[in-house]
Amino acid sequence: MASNPRSTRRAADLGWYVLLTVLSLVILFPIYTTFIRAISSPVPYLNSIKSGGGLTPVELDWGVFWRVIKEPGFYRAMLLSAGTSTIIVAAQLLTSVLAAYALVFIDFRGKKLAFALLVGTLLLPIEVTLIANIETVRDLSLFNSLVGLTAPFLAWGFGIFLLRQAFLGVPSELRDAAELDGYGHLRFLFRVAVPISRPIIGSFVLISFLAAWNQYVWPRFAADEESWQTIQVALRTFGQREVDQLNFGFAAAILSALPLVALLIIFQRQLIRGLTAGAVKG
Amino acid sequence: MATRPSPGRASGRRARDSLLAASFLAPAFAVFAVFAYYPLYRLVYLSLYRPNRNTFIGGSDEWIGGSNIIDSLTSSTFLRSLAVTAKFAVLTVPMGIILGVLLAVAADRKLRGIRIFQTIFSSTVASSVAVASVVFFTLLQPEAGLWRNVSWLSIKQPGSALVAISTTAVWQNAGLTFVIVLAALQALPSEVREAAELDGYGPVRRFFRITVPLISPALLFLAVVLVIHALQAYAQFEILKPTNDAQPLLYKIADPEGVETISSRAVYSLGLFVVSLIVSIAQFGLLERRVHYGE
Repeated sequence: MASNPRSTRRAADLGWYVLLTVLSLVILFPIYTTFIRAISSPVPYLNSIKSGGGLTPVELDWGVFWRVIKEPGFYRAMLLSAGTSTIIVAAQLLTSVLAAYALVFIDFRGKKLAFALLVGTLLLPIEVTLIANIETVRDLSLFNSLVGLTAPFLAWGFGIFLLRQAFLGVPSELRDAAELDGYGHLRFLFRVAVPISRPIIGSFVLISFLAAWNQYVWPRFAADEESWQTIQVALRTFGQREVDQLNFGFAAAILSALPLVALLIIFQRQLIRGLTAGAVKG
Repeated sequence: MATRPSPGRASGRRARDSLLAASFLAPAFAVFAVFAYYPLYRLVYLSLYRPNRNTFIGGSDEWIGGSNIIDSLTSSTFLRSLAVTAKFAVLTVPMGIILGVLLAVAADRKLRGIRIFQTIFSSTVASSVAVASVVFFTLLQPEAGLWRNVSWLSIKQPGSALVAISTTAVWQNAGLTFVIVLAALQALPSEVREAAELDGYGPVRRFFRITVPLISPALLFLAVVLVIHALQAYAQFEILKPTNDAQPLLYKIADPEGVETISSRAVYSLGLFVVSLIVSIAQFGLLERRVHYGE
């Protein structure tokens, strides 16, 4: 019976489906429990888990999502995160495009040194430079400000590396043709180099946004007023509430991740290309 | 882009190009000068001098020099947090890679609906460390977490706190590790994938003998990324609040409770820098020698 290759194949497929389903459940399980905690009324849930429950919702409280959205502490933090992330992405794109263009298309002395100094900043992440940068931001009176929250991230060593790779891939015939047409550097940059690198720029924007939106350590210490908390920092304080409001933090965590889940699903391909740049093919 | 080289023109062009290059590089260098290079200098300075905040009265920063560095590096705070950080890396990196490989191997096949599984596996990419910590709070919380009775996952016991926190990181990294390993598998030339089926290797042996060596650059890249993540772990520890003896290096640097001096925090920061540097150099060394390139 099993010698029939078709049925063996089908049995193997079934095996893979079982494994894939089990693995999916493992990944989704914590998300499921968070969802249960969010939609259950907190006090009945605590009672239910003490009597051995906890895996199913108790006394549904769907209103929690609406309460989170209406809460200024939540939507202000979301808007602040959106604002800082947008500033960071736009600035990183601009500084990286210009620097990478100089590194690839313009002849100047000390190019190798410039490249090493720029990409070498990857060894000086915010975690290392934190205390010195906090001092700087304080001295410049940028504590609790949009500039203070974004300034250290306006340039990005990895972004420069990524765009340099993209520009190196611009065919030399295009450069020759542009030259014959009398294109100067600026025109070549914006009419040829940038448009032709659109796929990598798409990946750049996505991973840059992801990193900016998700960062925790810098906004945690570059601001101490509640109105200057980004959503990631605010999530911590949402957990410190009255007992009967304890599902608020879980609902807030879910809602805060939704925009990124949407981006992930829509731009899956660009995101994967960005995340794998540097990994595959060394 | 000179077409007709005449000596005078060429040098004028060269000067103009240099000026243009300088102005294109200036914005990035300006940001890095203030927020990357200067901080490195400042950290060294803070390790050597205790700042005198009373600059109006006069008096300059006090030289504390080598003794501060040695005291900080040999303090139990530093050594313990470094050990916690190393242990955290040991708990999260191999598990993270194994999980990523498992997910990627399972999802690297032509099956109906495979895209759904791939989306689920990559979904934790969208989760921040803060979100992951809140998510795992539902499991690890001492009073109402689902795993509150699992003794080896208790965040309030010295022996298990770090293991408990590491589950958060392994889960959160799963999306990234999955995406990278899957991309590496799919980048393998189809001849390699097919040839292996013919030469009589069983699937397990084929995997370890052929596939793993070929994707080793991606695995190494992943190992370095995960080690760096582990070195920089912070939010999980602040949000899930494990026992005090399970606080990593960055916790002592960031010092949310304000118990450390700026001089020792500067030394800890440099310590973090040096450890990350060693990891990166080791990556280059391994890439040069041991790891098989699949080209």
